[in-house]
Amino acid sequence: MKNMKVSIAGVELKNPVMTASGTFGSGEEFSAFLDLSRLGAVVTKGVAATPWPGNPTPRVAETASGMLNAIGLQNPGIDTFIKRDIPFLKQFDTRIIVNVCGKTAAEYCQVVERLSECPVDLLEINVSCPNVKHGGIAFGQDPVQLQRITQEVKKAARQPVIMKLSPNVTDITEMAKAAEAGGADAVSLINTLTGMKIDIYRRTFALANRTGGLSGPCIKPVAVRMVYQAVRAVNIPVIGMGGIACAEDALEFLMAGASAVSVGTANFHDPAATVKILEGLERFMEEQQVERITDLIRVVE
Amino acid sequence: MRYKEDCRILSQEEIGKDIFSMWLQTDRIASEARPGQFLSVYTRDASKLLPRPISICDADPEKGCLRLVYRVTGPSSGTRQFSGYHKGICLPVLGPLGNGYPMDVAKGKRLLLLGGGIGIPPLLYTARSLGKNGDVTTVLGYRDKPFMDQEFLPFGKVFCASENGDTAIRGNVLDAVRTEGLSADVIFACGPKPMLRAVKSYAAEKNILCYLSLEERMACGIGACLGCVVRSTEKDEHSQVNNKRVCKDGPVFLSDEVEL
Repeated sequence: MKNMKVSIAGVELKNPVMTASGTFGSGEEFSAFLDLSRLGAVVTKGVAATPWPGNPTPRVAETASGMLNAIGLQNPGIDTFIKRDIPFLKQFDTRIIVNVCGKTAAEYCQVVERLSECPVDLLEINVSCPNVKHGGIAFGQDPVQLQRITQEVKKAARQPVIMKLSPNVTDITEMAKAAEAGGADAVSLINTLTGMKIDIYRRTFALANRTGGLSGPCIKPVAVRMVYQAVRAVNIPVIGMGGIACAEDALEFLMAGASAVSVGTANFHDPAATVKILEGLERFMEEQQVERITDLIRVVE
Repeated sequence: MRYKEDCRILSQEEIGKDIFSMWLQTDRIASEARPGQFLSVYTRDASKLLPRPISICDADPEKGCLRLVYRVTGPSSGTRQFSGYHKGICLPVLGPLGNGYPMDVAKGKRLLLLGGGIGIPPLLYTARSLGKNGDVTTVLGYRDKPFMDQEFLPFGKVFCASENGDTAIRGNVLDAVRTEGLSADVIFACGPKPMLRAVKSYAAEKNILCYLSLEERMACGIGACLGCVVRSTEKDEHSQVNNKRVCKDGPVFLSDEVEL
């Protein structure tokens, strides 16, 4: 039996495989296809202080080796989330990471305060959604604002705070440092890259929102590079994500220095993708005679 | 339950211009499939990331067989790949997904099936499931040449309309309904959005109970990603906003429930 345990901000995960926010709901729909207790953590879809209706459809479009989405952070609001989604997840032996979104600093803090009484292990703050005008991206593209929102959230939070960073910036290390300076316990990256697709037969945008977030295997090299840079810029854990579809992909992120990984778009291709990636990691460790998964983290310099 | 299966292709043929019919051998899906449900269909080489949602056209639960009829949408499309898979090859699918038509509502009632274009296939299993004792009238609308129309004959009267006059009636399905003076207690419809909009207002005008099967771009197909929503008239209990998920809460909705 290999030792798969990793630790993020003092919270131990049974393995480094988590779900990427927005691709997995709160796990209920996926529980028919896999045992959620096998995952290191479930990262929920972003939740705000009140229900959000999201964007008009079409909200998704396929691209070469990836997809664009502009869901617009539709969510049922924190009240329903606390009543329904957290009790559901508590049935499983996995860590619960709640992704939080908001339009203002006060709104983020309101959600974070509500969650302080809940059995939630970590908070992930979404300051990087490209699809909502006030969905936090303003905080996520300016290091001064990012540091300030991190400080505000940290004051309100009982659980450790992960800041989820946008790749739509000139220098990711500057953003990672700003989050760290604001008191973040960890950072996660990358969120989606802003993109556009034209439907040539309809002669208009493929997405009603015109632009959307690009995800999937096509963004993985960008994500690995940014994780590598962020790891070397800060002294807090970095959670890596962006196009992970198999164990080999996950290993690239770990070797670049990620303390854990999130699987996102691959869940749409195969609802059991997370568990298959976990099994692939175990197989790789068997073949390579590696005892602890942590021995593979940051092996490239 | 929903299953991810590799289904052996039993047959594959082109039954109209760019319209293909495929029979699959399934372990469990065929015996659980209900009329109006769909499958997520994946390309074999995973070259397309997202599954294509394709409605179940017909099923033989005893033999475990299931039929899909689909349209090839372009030269580099996933459906073009599907059409190139020969008999004997295995196709990865997930299903059955969605709710399907409320068959109990139609029992003992005069049912009108309205199908437009690639919305026609799911109505076949619907008609078959009501059996020969059902009181079913089918109206099928085409852009040009009809397909599958003969297959509905065992289940009641069939009327075909086409926009360029390749059939007896020129026009769309509602033109046919009006020309033939058809009436019903319940309507089940599937087709393009403009047709469904017209059917919705027709049903409201005539005060007929009406169910519509919707189509939307999907990603997960199981209700998690919120990619494929439709505006709902009332606040939805799951989403807490006026949005329902086409893949999970639908694809079949009561016409008054949704805004098109």
